[in-house]
Amino acid sequence: MAAPVSGMAGSTSTGNATSFQKKPRRKLVSIPGTRPSVQNGQLLVSSGVSSLDYVIGGGLAVGTLLLVEEDRYDSYSHMLLRYFLAEGVVCGHELFLASARDHPDEIVQELPSPIVDDVAGMKISEGQSQPSDPENPDTMKIAWRYQNQPRYILFLSCSFSPLPVPYHALLKSIQTVIRKEGFDGSTPQSKVRNVLRLGLHSLGSVLWGDDVCCKDNPAHCHALTTFLYALRGLLRTSLSVAMVTVPSHLIQNRAVMGRIIRLSDTAIALESFRGSEKETNPLYKDYHGLLHVRQLPRLNCLSCEVPDTKDLAFKLKRKQFTIEVTSECLSIKWRQMKGPRLLLKPHHWPLIKLSVVKLLIVNQEVYCLRRTSSLCL
Amino acid sequence: MFPELNSILNSTPDSFKSSDFILVSDRRADASFLIHHYLSFYLRAGCKVCFLGLVQSFSHYSAVSQRLGVSLAQAREKGQLVFLEGLKDSVGVLLQEDTSQETQPLSYVRSPGAGLEGLFRFVECSMRQSGDGDAGESWGPPVLLIDDLSVLLSLGVSVGAILDFTLYCQATMCSELQGNMVILVRCEEEDADDVDEEGSNLLQRGLVHQCNLALHVEGLPTGYCRDIHGQMEVWWRQRGENIYNQRKIFHFKVHDKGASFFARGTSSAVL
Repeated sequence: MAAPVSGMAGSTSTGNATSFQKKPRRKLVSIPGTRPSVQNGQLLVSSGVSSLDYVIGGGLAVGTLLLVEEDRYDSYSHMLLRYFLAEGVVCGHELFLASARDHPDEIVQELPSPIVDDVAGMKISEGQSQPSDPENPDTMKIAWRYQNQPRYILFLSCSFSPLPVPYHALLKSIQTVIRKEGFDGSTPQSKVRNVLRLGLHSLGSVLWGDDVCCKDNPAHCHALTTFLYALRGLLRTSLSVAMVTVPSHLIQNRAVMGRIIRLSDTAIALESFRGSEKETNPLYKDYHGLLHVRQLPRLNCLSCEVPDTKDLAFKLKRKQFTIEVTSECLSIKWRQMKGPRLLLKPHHWPLIKLSVVKLLIVNQEVYCLRRTSSLCL
Repeated sequence: MFPELNSILNSTPDSFKSSDFILVSDRRADASFLIHHYLSFYLRAGCKVCFLGLVQSFSHYSAVSQRLGVSLAQAREKGQLVFLEGLKDSVGVLLQEDTSQETQPLSYVRSPGAGLEGLFRFVECSMRQSGDGDAGESWGPPVLLIDDLSVLLSLGVSVGAILDFTLYCQATMCSELQGNMVILVRCEEEDADDVDEEGSNLLQRGLVHQCNLALHVEGLPTGYCRDIHGQMEVWWRQRGENIYNQRKIFHFKVHDKGASFFARGTSSAVL
């Protein structure tokens, strides 16, 4: 027969068993589509391609700039831009898209649909496949394009700005959007905080009024670098992420390209195999190109994510873009070298002379290039 | 502050050389961890620090310094640290319509051809104000830290104007006020084909000529390694009567809370 609880509690306490009070849970304001990084607590958003997120350290940090060096025909970099924007649509972020070549409406019509992990039904809801949805007209704000610029704009010298007119106007427009929509924290508490995704296509190309891509000694050699510097300043003061693609294969001056990379936070380069001799190389038959990680940012910490390996390749299968490590890349240089290779066994180790011998490790076996038949192995 | 680097350079917050011009440079690597070291070093030593943060925001340096044990916000409130928020304020300067206030510190953003006089006036003004704290505290010798100077080249300022600026700063800070200067310069790869007349390599060569101590950070010549992040070359240049020209190379690895330096070939990954 159980005694009543209050009697069992004894004389030391009152009706409540303990004097501790549960701390009222603060309602954490979390922005949809973002998550904190495990390394340094930075707020991350996805770039739209999960294997790219993995390669750049978990995702894109809010307030940073991702630079994508375009491949030769601007096919895969354009696709990455569309994945970035599509991810923004799915997460409910605001979008800002600027393109000098294509109309932003056309780019938006071609955004990829999300992959549905539904085994039963592969149908994708109509609302998602058409991002320009009339029911939600303000989930996206398409801002900008430059087409059919009158010729005189290129000759107009802005005495009050070192930037050419298109870049100046673009920067001003971005600043206006950030201020007006309150991404820099200047709105009252009632509005839900959201992230702004900026997609800037093919900056530095001739269509933006910049001649850094078409001349060895361009007249505007500091235009793009000044723009990127100011853009990063804007990003740091607001809840926004930018992805900029640059046709780096057209920029002759390597020093300018180095500066552009250093002025961005994360920088990757795409090299597609289409049209090059690597297309027919049997080792690359599964892949469509190589991905080079040029720079990873150090944000609020001393050390950055150091990748395991730098041999990365990408492939596009059924509209899914994946990036993989290729250890086979190492063996390419070997197949091009003439001469037989010798598989080293443990009993060979004491016999190896201290000469410069190249070693190759494939599938945990060590190979060495046999220089001449008189090698003492 | 990295204790191993202090022992390599033979300096502690209690005893360090004054009138020193230290140049930190890198090529295809990131030497900004050395700037964080010097920032926490001089703040711990009680010097009055003027920091020109041209590439990162204040919160970035503050977060890193927190891990190294120094609070930048407190130092700024007390008046020990003067921070120029170059990155965030430059947007406003670039986009504003009026052309007044030409000698603002960030006036080079709008008119890069006009030189860096505004920036120098800012540095001079903040350094000459030492001893004006609320509690009447007098700080140690003034220190100027710049992160990083080569970004001015990206904005269109000429190499000559930047070298003039550093010469003026050295004359004021090191010779007149007996303080120190630490500058970070990021260089590009050496390209044998085209001689870069207006490049950061030219700037780095000019600054190396002026400095007392040059720390140059590069990647390993043998390629990418996960455990050794790069090599640092320390070049003690001539100073006063003692003309000694000593160079040493160390390997380093950067952690979360510091960096470790070791002689070449003695990394724990190798041994």
